[in-house]
Amino acid sequence: MSTRLSKGGRLINRSKPVEFSFDGKRLNGYEGDTLASALLANNQTLVGRSFKYHRPRGIVASGPEEPNALVGLGKGDKFEPNQRATTTELFDGLHSNSQNAWPSLEFDIGGVNRIMSRVFPAGFYYKTFIFPRFAWKHIFEPIIRKAAGLGAAPTEKDADKYEYFYAHVDVLIIGGGTSGLAAALEVGRSGAKVLVLEQKNTWGGRAPVDGVFIDNQISEEWIDDAITELQSMPNVTLKNRTMGAGVYDHGWATGYESITDHMPGKKGPRQRLWRIRAKRILTTTGAIERPLSFAGNDLPGVMLAGSVRDYLVDFGTSCGDIMVLATNNDDAYRTAIKQSEVGLKVAAILDARTSVTGELPNKAREMGIRVETGMAISKVKGSKSVSGVSICLQAGEGVPLEEIKCDVVAMSGGWSPIVHLWSHCGGKLNWDAENAMFRPDPERPPLGDDGSGFVAVGGTANGYMIANEAMQDAISQGKLVAKQVGYKPVNSKSSIVNVENESPIEQIWQMPQGMSVKLQAKTFLDYQNDVKVSDVRLAAREGYESVEHTKRYTTLGMATDQGKLSNINGLAILADSLKAEIPNVGTTTFRPPYHPISMGSIAGDARGELFKPIRKSPIHNWIEENGGFFEPVADWRRPYCYQKNNETVKDSVQREILNTRSNVGLLDASTLGKIIVKGSDAGKFLDMIYTNLMSNLKVGHCRYGLMCTENGFLSDDGVVARLDENTFLCHTTSGGSDRIHAWMEEWLQTEWWDWKVYTANVTEQYAQIAVVGPNARKLLEKLGGMDVSKEALPFMRFSEGTIGGIRARPFRISFSGELSYEIAVPASDGQAFWDMCIEAGKEFGIQPYGTECLHVMRAEKGFIMIGDETDGTVIPQDLNMEWALSKKKEDFLGKRAHLRSHMSDPSRWKLVGLKTVDPNVVIPDGAYATDGTIRENGVKNMIGRVTSTYFSPTLNRSIAMGLVKFGPNRMGEIIDFPTLEGKIIKAEICNQVFLDPEGERQNV
Amino acid sequence: MLHLTCPNCGITADETDLHCDGQAHIARSGIDANDDELENYLFMRHNPKGVHFERWRHVYGCGKWFNAARCTTTLEVFGTYSAQTTTPPKSLLNKIKKKRPEWEGFIK
Repeated sequence: MSTRLSKGGRLINRSKPVEFSFDGKRLNGYEGDTLASALLANNQTLVGRSFKYHRPRGIVASGPEEPNALVGLGKGDKFEPNQRATTTELFDGLHSNSQNAWPSLEFDIGGVNRIMSRVFPAGFYYKTFIFPRFAWKHIFEPIIRKAAGLGAAPTEKDADKYEYFYAHVDVLIIGGGTSGLAAALEVGRSGAKVLVLEQKNTWGGRAPVDGVFIDNQISEEWIDDAITELQSMPNVTLKNRTMGAGVYDHGWATGYESITDHMPGKKGPRQRLWRIRAKRILTTTGAIERPLSFAGNDLPGVMLAGSVRDYLVDFGTSCGDIMVLATNNDDAYRTAIKQSEVGLKVAAILDARTSVTGELPNKAREMGIRVETGMAISKVKGSKSVSGVSICLQAGEGVPLEEIKCDVVAMSGGWSPIVHLWSHCGGKLNWDAENAMFRPDPERPPLGDDGSGFVAVGGTANGYMIANEAMQDAISQGKLVAKQVGYKPVNSKSSIVNVENESPIEQIWQMPQGMSVKLQAKTFLDYQNDVKVSDVRLAAREGYESVEHTKRYTTLGMATDQGKLSNINGLAILADSLKAEIPNVGTTTFRPPYHPISMGSIAGDARGELFKPIRKSPIHNWIEENGGFFEPVADWRRPYCYQKNNETVKDSVQREILNTRSNVGLLDASTLGKIIVKGSDAGKFLDMIYTNLMSNLKVGHCRYGLMCTENGFLSDDGVVARLDENTFLCHTTSGGSDRIHAWMEEWLQTEWWDWKVYTANVTEQYAQIAVVGPNARKLLEKLGGMDVSKEALPFMRFSEGTIGGIRARPFRISFSGELSYEIAVPASDGQAFWDMCIEAGKEFGIQPYGTECLHVMRAEKGFIMIGDETDGTVIPQDLNMEWALSKKKEDFLGKRAHLRSHMSDPSRWKLVGLKTVDPNVVIPDGAYATDGTIRENGVKNMIGRVTSTYFSPTLNRSIAMGLVKFGPNRMGEIIDFPTLEGKIIKAEICNQVFLDPEGERQNV
Repeated sequence: MLHLTCPNCGITADETDLHCDGQAHIARSGIDANDDELENYLFMRHNPKGVHFERWRHVYGCGKWFNAARCTTTLEVFGTYSAQTTTPPKSLLNKIKKKRPEWEGFIK
């Protein structure tokens, strides 16, 4: 059983006990523990159930590569699923729960999947998708959804705060082990600006665990000295608890800093996402130990040898009293030696190699440890935890020779350099057969904007497994990157690491090498996704040759650990099955982040109101306080209507329409785009931008215009006013102001850059208030200040002056068909002007109105709306707007495109009005017209569609506009609009202008 | 996250501050264009594996357009220059040719 030893544990503080809970059990640990070390100290070896088969699983590793020990952390709005116990720092009151077990971890019903494992082979999902189809949806999916999975999603909104932090440095060093520190010293001493990230709370990596000496000091002293020196350098920043998460193009990298995860209740953000731009990135990320593939290698109590050593040295925690060590390399012997040194037992070391003569094995032998060479584990015994192993010859098929009792199995299949960050942005790898690993190819680095490599790798991560070689490599890489960023490395004595010699590793990919099919089905490669040796071999037999395909077929390496433990083992098995060399099978793609990061940190501050800030007109607050029922219009919020008392939205809209048509209404039109176009070529420019002729517009006059894309399709519309000889004010739609301004700039900067034109988007400089209705003039005359009579200010003109003491520019333009003034005032005077109108307008029956009233009134007049009558495929001709296409102009944007044959096809759908036969029935939005025939593909033949449809209170009937094939030639005909409910609405094709076709209401 | 130096304001900006708008140096086909010319102008674009000339706009910066010469595979940036040219500058073309002797040269 695993337990806390009476002595030892360099990271824990035995004077600071900490209480925490796991599955409701109250347990004790120490400050400095991880959740994993504390669970082991409490003999909690069973920590979860596996994803697919619900097999009991225990802690395997001691770092972020851990596949099994995923827990739900926290409660309520602090709950987070799938957190690794091995990277979670313990704190008082920590609340954790196991996952994927029901009704309990000890007794799990889903374990039935385990018995069923023969019906869940590789590619199960794909095979089930195919046949029979109904079975997937109705039988398999509901069962699998319930049984398979990891943690549950949180149900409450995340209560924590997150933020971004930006850093620009010469050199970013990722990994604060001895290699990272040695490299940082070189770069720091040269004077370059350097940022060092370390994912753990402690510096120095695993050197102290291995007990190495650096410059004849114990490594911890050397690490302390290095940190002290680095902290004294103003050009060096050290960040622990910050994982280098991803490396991206051109030297961009992200860091994931944990700020208050281990100190809940402390003020401040929980996590910080570092967004770093570095001239060079040096990764010194070390290596990850590989499991060995033997039957039963997923039982709780089977652990990585290096991790068992970590728990002993770092946390004073034993993973078991009696150990069996299985290995193919010398390094793992350190674990057995350590186990023995602390007074625990090592029953046997099973070394798959036949000849073992290194310094470490000999030391183990001298200590009296039984070392068996050429031997392997045939099978691990036990149900929920290890009770022993049966051993066999590595060269054989797994016939058991002997059973050895033990309660922990330490395994080591060698170490894989952590090359993720090197590979994220395209760094390539070489297979080093002698050392059985993929290592970075310095000839093929990720390239920066200058075409040179911007990532370097140092130390163990670069494939140097002997500590002193790693140190020397890190030092030289540090010097190299310092030079590359323009600094001169300082000559200093290189640190030397004193460490035992190691004899070579042997490639062992399954244990024993001739393992039977039965054993293969009990030998796990990917613990988190339950992928076995038999699954990969099956995939190979079924024809999967590419590692990328095999990965997706078997789900190998697709879990949240991204195959940190399983990928190399899996592709070695695949290579063996295909009788191919490992480098020819290749690796899958490494993608950021290195380790899962929270969605909160990615979002940062961009949540809630800050996710997409809204634009507010100067009248926004008044609207909010006066019953405005907001709808989003681009980034603005505009009132759909103003609700009074207990009115429904529909009632409000009808009241606003009738009041505006009979008295006077007030509309906040400030969101309309307003672009100044100025210069001696402004007229010539607008002649290109608009389909209409604009250059002949007289000063003081207004003209409605259309804009098309080069493809000929309608893009925007609005009224242009000529302010003076060289200055035009172009109104755009509310949603189009930024887009149209950018459009104009694009043409001016990239095509007609010699034209003398400036543009300025002044949308927010003005409040624009529309005073609309028969009493509009009376109201403005009451406010006084300028002549707004028909004679002084006729329709489609504007003038400038003051109204009610406020500087104003009234435009006589109308989108409602009523007598209408749109009055632009400085934005800062907008609210005062609005208040004045409301107050003075009382006697004239003034009421504010919203966007729906605006829409209905414009539809009553047959005016088009960009986005309703247009959808990016509609040309002006479709809307019978040939009158707006200048014949005098040689060219305008879209003109050539209009000449294409299908643009002048008479069968194009064209705009008409639609009157329902039953005046009380309103055609649904987007309804299609059909002609009763059926197309070849079985759908009804469509001959048109509705673009705008409303109930008009003015006419007391339903009105609509739509695009209909040959529409204008079919006036008076009745066509069908089928509804989703299966009914048919009949409507008569008519003129689109329903109200006042002569314009008598507006031209007064 | 690419970074490019805007030749208009001199700032080296992150990709998120910029907007890429595809191939540069497309000559506008006016009203006289025949159907093939119009199709070429509106729709047909180079898609090289290697050296490419692109239009970029420094949207969240000075707002100005510029052109960039970039390798679509290695992401090496050979240079950025004014959008107000009909062909890339000679010096830039020479620089690219020197780095990539096998490159077939600028094709309009």
